[in-house]
Amino acid sequence: MKQTVGIVGDYLRNAAMRSDGAASVGTQAVSERRRDVQGKTLSRRSLLAGAAAALAGVMIAPGVRLVEVAQARPQLGAPVTSKVRWGLLIDVNLCSEGCDKCVQACNQENGLGEATRPTDVQWIRKVELKDRNSGRKASAPVMCQHCAEPPCVDVCPTGASFKRADGIVLVDRHTCIGCRYCMMACPYKARSFVHEALTTQKPEVPRGKGCVESCTLCVHKIDRGDGTTACAEACPTKAIVFGDLNDPQSDISRRIAEIQTTQLRADLRLNTGVRYKGL
Amino acid sequence: MASVIDLPAIQERRFWRLGALGALLLVVGLGAAYMMEHEGHVITGMNNEIVWGMPHVFAIFLIVAASGVLNVASVGSVFGQAAYKPYARLSGLLSVAMLAGGLMVLMLDLGRPERFVVAATHYNFTSVFAWNVFLYTGMFAIVALYLWTMMEKRLNRYSRSAGVAALIWRFVLTTGTGTIFAFLVARQAYATALLAPLFIVMSLSWGMAVFLLAQAGLNVWRGATVTPEFLRRMRNLLGIFVAVVLYLTVAYHMTNLYFAKQFAFERFILLDGGIYPLLFWFGYVLIGTIAPMLLLWWPGGGARRSVLAAAALVVVGGFAQLYVFVIGGQAFPLDIFPGFEVSSSFRDGQIAAYAPSLPEILLGIGGVAAAFLITLVGVQALDILPRDEDRAADAVAGQ
Repeated sequence: MKQTVGIVGDYLRNAAMRSDGAASVGTQAVSERRRDVQGKTLSRRSLLAGAAAALAGVMIAPGVRLVEVAQARPQLGAPVTSKVRWGLLIDVNLCSEGCDKCVQACNQENGLGEATRPTDVQWIRKVELKDRNSGRKASAPVMCQHCAEPPCVDVCPTGASFKRADGIVLVDRHTCIGCRYCMMACPYKARSFVHEALTTQKPEVPRGKGCVESCTLCVHKIDRGDGTTACAEACPTKAIVFGDLNDPQSDISRRIAEIQTTQLRADLRLNTGVRYKGL
Repeated sequence: MASVIDLPAIQERRFWRLGALGALLLVVGLGAAYMMEHEGHVITGMNNEIVWGMPHVFAIFLIVAASGVLNVASVGSVFGQAAYKPYARLSGLLSVAMLAGGLMVLMLDLGRPERFVVAATHYNFTSVFAWNVFLYTGMFAIVALYLWTMMEKRLNRYSRSAGVAALIWRFVLTTGTGTIFAFLVARQAYATALLAPLFIVMSLSWGMAVFLLAQAGLNVWRGATVTPEFLRRMRNLLGIFVAVVLYLTVAYHMTNLYFAKQFAFERFILLDGGIYPLLFWFGYVLIGTIAPMLLLWWPGGGARRSVLAAAALVVVGGFAQLYVFVIGGQAFPLDIFPGFEVSSSFRDGQIAAYAPSLPEILLGIGGVAAAFLITLVGVQALDILPRDEDRAADAVAGQ
């Protein structure tokens, strides 16, 4: 304690001496010399550094422009970037009541079984809607909304629930400990927990008992260049459109720019990747 | 004459009998956890709608009460009330024991319990669960340190600092437990900052009740008794904590009732939700709040039996409140399409059904058994219980 007080006292004393210029001659000379030397060194250094930076910029800038253009279309095998944001547009008016081709296609593509019990997994489901006031009926598929601000990613303790750079929200089955906090956090009831051992997994869709899972936007299909999801492919009325929300020329972006679309639970400001027309 | 410190706290035969009972319940609980891990959660009552069930009700009670039970020690060390000091060591031991029991239940309920190493090495710090890994392990360390300062005479002068550290840590920890739910914007039952202080006062109330029961139980097994002064202080504290929990619960529900969008949820919890209004009004309000307050504060009351009965009822009410909060909060469907009636194969729009299964209940009881065993062994092996000279001083202080 005494020592600490002593050390602090020394610091204060030194600071006081410097401010009123009453430092020892030796100290002042040294510091002046340092400043003098630094002054010359800095100006030469700064010139060299500035020149090098300018040269590098001149050389690299055109390359950056070229690389930018090249990365506009996703390359197979290339690292995923946020240049692309995958999303879905669902036209509720085109969705038929009672049809569940999208659900069957998803089950088929991802190796999911038929869902009947409360413990069975569902990645996409058809919701039948009836307006309480007007009685108007509608039907819509609901799946993981691939939010830009996903609550499931915020709450996952191990980071197993994560958002890929291209906007797809996924679960890393190596790190998921099965705590189900993401299921509590999801505003869309999109996630399912695997309640029993599985034997019929597909090799490109890793799944297992004790982990949480949800719609992957057919990430395995996208990564191998199929350019669409199983549900979008299977829909007989083309009610589901898949595409790049960041590309203004894509089909989905052009439609969203023309017609009115909504996000589910838009008041939560999660900026979902799935948009609905006709709700 | 043998000094009081030389005698075992609990008679040998009784100790082994109690230990055997505790060990049996613990083994059964571990067996239930093994089955859940082996067969999958399909053997439990939990499903894709009710994702957290009975194990979480038990675990949250144990963890929240573990924080609150340390209050007796805090009042002694931090706030300088000498009468509480003899009981501080028991308070610390109970805290560690219940925290261990609660964490055991939580970790064994995980879908992949063998991945606790992953949980300890991969952190996402926007998640309260990730903070909790540090808060809970830190709590063990701090309470252990605190106990050490209280039990090692040469370190007694540091017990106040350790007590302050423990007090701050447990407030942060219990706030963390409350914010697990407070941060869930998706669900109408949660998503309110009020849950942080609510969990703090629940911890104080349940912790005090558990302390009283544990103390009474140990006294029975030792053939000892508690001083009237101690009883009076504990009774007042318990009554105040129960009242404050009621206050915050009323504030929570009254505010919810003010919002049109929350009305359907409140109607479900308070009126027509079946088991949930039943547990809320009869379990929490009547049995867990009004009855204990009457037992504690009715003029002419406050006898030892009434105080202990009140403590037991507070614990029952706490479980009821947690069941309504954790499970009722999940049973009410998410409002994804406001203004629409919905139905789907994934039970959208439906009240979720849940029935606690045997493996879940056994696992929860196993956690309580673990806490019981740790307390039992700790009391027998360490100098935890109030010494005769402490209790004499307490009696003098009371005059």
